Amino acid sequence: MSRAVTTRRKTINTVLAWGIGILIFFPILWTILTSFKTEAQAINDPPLFLFFDWTLENYAVVQERSDYMRFLWNSVIIAGGSTLIGVIIAIPAAWSMAFVPSKRTKDILLWMLSTKMLPAVGVLYPIYLIFIELGLLDTRTGLVVVIMLINLPIIVWMLYTYFKEIPGEILEAARMDGASLREEIIYVLTPMAVPGIASTILLNFILAWNEAFWTLNLTAAQAAPLTAFIASYSSPEGLFYAKLSAASTMAIAPILILGWFSQKQLVRGLTFGAVK
Amino acid sequence: MATQHSRSAARLMMAPAVILLLGWMLIPLVMTLWFSFRRFLPNRPDIVPGWVGFDNYVRFVTSSAFWPSVQTTLIIVGGALLITIVLGVLLALLLDQPMWGQGVVRILVIAPFFVMPTVSALVWKNIFMDPVNGLFAHLWRAFGAEPVVWLSDAPIFSIILIVSWQWLPFATLILLTAIQSLDSEQLEASEMDGAPPLSRFFYIILPHLSRAITIVILIQTIFLLSVFAEIFVTTGGAFGTRTLTYLIFQRVLESQNVGLGSAGGVYAIILANIVAVFLMRIVGKNLDA
Repeated sequence: MSRAVTTRRKTINTVLAWGIGILIFFPILWTILTSFKTEAQAINDPPLFLFFDWTLENYAVVQERSDYMRFLWNSVIIAGGSTLIGVIIAIPAAWSMAFVPSKRTKDILLWMLSTKMLPAVGVLYPIYLIFIELGLLDTRTGLVVVIMLINLPIIVWMLYTYFKEIPGEILEAARMDGASLREEIIYVLTPMAVPGIASTILLNFILAWNEAFWTLNLTAAQAAPLTAFIASYSSPEGLFYAKLSAASTMAIAPILILGWFSQKQLVRGLTFGAVK
Repeated sequence: MATQHSRSAARLMMAPAVILLLGWMLIPLVMTLWFSFRRFLPNRPDIVPGWVGFDNYVRFVTSSAFWPSVQTTLIIVGGALLITIVLGVLLALLLDQPMWGQGVVRILVIAPFFVMPTVSALVWKNIFMDPVNGLFAHLWRAFGAEPVVWLSDAPIFSIILIVSWQWLPFATLILLTAIQSLDSEQLEASEMDGAPPLSRFFYIILPHLSRAITIVILIQTIFLLSVFAEIFVTTGGAFGTRTLTYLIFQRVLESQNVGLGSAGGVYAIILANIVAVFLMRIVGKNLDA
């Protein structure tokens, strides 16, 4: 039996929710709008909402002046590389914990989670020093490794909770039919696990893309991704609102789109399966 | 039943992840501990490195910057938690109601979580909070008021605002997920028994949400304790916005007082672990279920 909902009530809910939703989204909307204005229009008083001369000029300027493509490419490599390597390392671990659990499985999972809780600033200097010694400072390789490691616990956890949902009987049936461990993983487990793996990749790509502690502290000119590139706007010269907006829009647009696909995985991934 | 063969294979498959995380945890941790007991200023060759015992720990806590930074940290973490939890519960309740275009509203509400920290901090700092050209300044002037110099007159409030905007979507989404798992028959029964909406909220909905709220508090606390980019690009730690995390960052990288900063780092690790223990207990219980 469902409760009867009056149209009046539904209308009030709709107006209220849309109002709040637009208010929360407004900073992003405003940034996108500002990116299409000229610098003078961007600071116009009263602010111009929709009726201004739309221009793509800022996008061109940002691309030309700042070598934007290189930062973008660094972001893609760092986020993509760290996620892929992390998933490759995590799949076997999550598989074995989900299907061949032992007494220690729970402890290992919780311990992995605890490494995620280590505050980055507490180990900043050691990592910095190791990076200098190994010549990894301001390299994409270095960042791929560090970001892979900080996200590895989340990747293992997410994969573990997805693998847990695959019925073990199917694997046993495959084993009975004489499938080797390798065949079992490639032909039985993988096809069933693909949606979970894809979700894991998606969420961790987003987390890696937005990571802004190690990327700010371990890069300079060469390996800086978009997080660090945007930070360079914190001490600007002259009028820059429209250009800042254009750079920001380009940096967040791909992730906003990916993010909208990953709402459900976000809950599971970031609460370590505690809320589903 | 798993065979002996598959058990050893399982151990082997776990090995890379375990070894990497073990190294990632132990090596820097041991180094930080080691540095924290030493006098170590790499940029000052005139100061001889050496063993100083607990000197750095004492000096970090007794320095004039320590207590203000603890206070700032607590205000920022507490303020952001209060705002995101209270608004998150209200927003989740609203989004759970029947309405048109619910999917689109959800997308609008969740969006700030996907904006990278440096972008949200700089957009708020310049386009909204700038005392001359910012949108708030325009708005204040439109009402004949004197624009507020947000980041120097109300710096901590400004940072709380930025951080809350980033984390409200997270709280809302998790609380919404939890509300949706509430048994609607229970609510209907209470409604038929004539329970007014407020008591329904306090006696049925809120108790049901308590676990989700606890999880949001713990996870957000861990992330909020290490808020960095938002301060780095807005105030750079000036105007009393230096949190414990930022203070340690300055000691270690800006003034290269590694011994002192490492002692601070150990404090931060202990602090985060106190929070983590509670979170792990909840997550661990869930694993048994």
